[in-house]
Amino acid sequence: MSKASLDERLVRATQAGLPLVTEPYAALAATLGVSEAQVIERFEAMLADRRVRRIGAVPNHYALGYTANGMSVWDVDDAEVDALGPRVGALPFVSHCYRRPRRLPEWPYNLFAMVHARSREAVEAKLAEIRALLGQALRAHDVLYSTRILKKTGLRLG
Amino acid sequence: MDELDRAIINRLQGGFPLCARPFAAAAAELGTDEATLIARVRALLEDGTLTRFGPLFDAERLGGAFTLCAMRVPDQDFERVAAQVNAHPEVAHNYQRDHAFNMWFVLATQRREDIARVMDAIELETGLVVYDFPREAEYFIELRLAA
Repeated sequence: MSKASLDERLVRATQAGLPLVTEPYAALAATLGVSEAQVIERFEAMLADRRVRRIGAVPNHYALGYTANGMSVWDVDDAEVDALGPRVGALPFVSHCYRRPRRLPEWPYNLFAMVHARSREAVEAKLAEIRALLGQALRAHDVLYSTRILKKTGLRLG
Repeated sequence: MDELDRAIINRLQGGFPLCARPFAAAAAELGTDEATLIARVRALLEDGTLTRFGPLFDAERLGGAFTLCAMRVPDQDFERVAAQVNAHPEVAHNYQRDHAFNMWFVLATQRREDIARVMDAIELETGLVVYDFPREAEYFIELRLAA
């Protein structure tokens, strides 16, 4: 028997997804030698502490036509960034919205927001919305479009 | 992609039920039946519309250390540096971006101290500065892509 915790074993068993059967949690439980109730309880716990962000469909951006993905970066007043950041993160076209350190003088930006849209023109329109939201707290901004994926192995979890 | 596929993508990006028959419960919400929903999810995975169906983990909260790194790579050195950076198994993904900071990659290691070790090794190998941008606060809610 592995010494890994049930949570770690569940992470490994579902990295590729849930079994597509009528009773997926019972199927996982049978594989792991535990009860269905334990599997459900552990997922509830991992959702509660956000080790699991959500359970459901993970779409492929490109397949849905979201081919323009810009990493927008913003120099926002330190006194206001923690109030404004969640409002940027709540915009429907933004994912991965984080505060990160500046690296002065080369890099003045402290707020990173990934913007997804179907064209660069649409990304630019969405950047205007963020600009308006940040208002007077905004000092400078830029957007970096990806031009090539150099490596994509995914994260090895568990 | 028809209306049911769109509804699956738009309404099942989270909140998949934690109960004995979750596909049946979700199907009822979507106005279809369990067998149809399972078949549609399988087809959307097979044609690449969905990359996965299941729990989406927060790798950082599961343990380990992560950071976002960037480099300013001269154009004539770009391919060499990309190969040197990608050779490290701790480099999870790496993107070229159209900016003076033109190489952006994520480092993922088991232990915090390994982040600095890998960054130092890349600086030594490439002769370039590696800037790191660890996340200090997360303002991310959830992305819901509309189909």
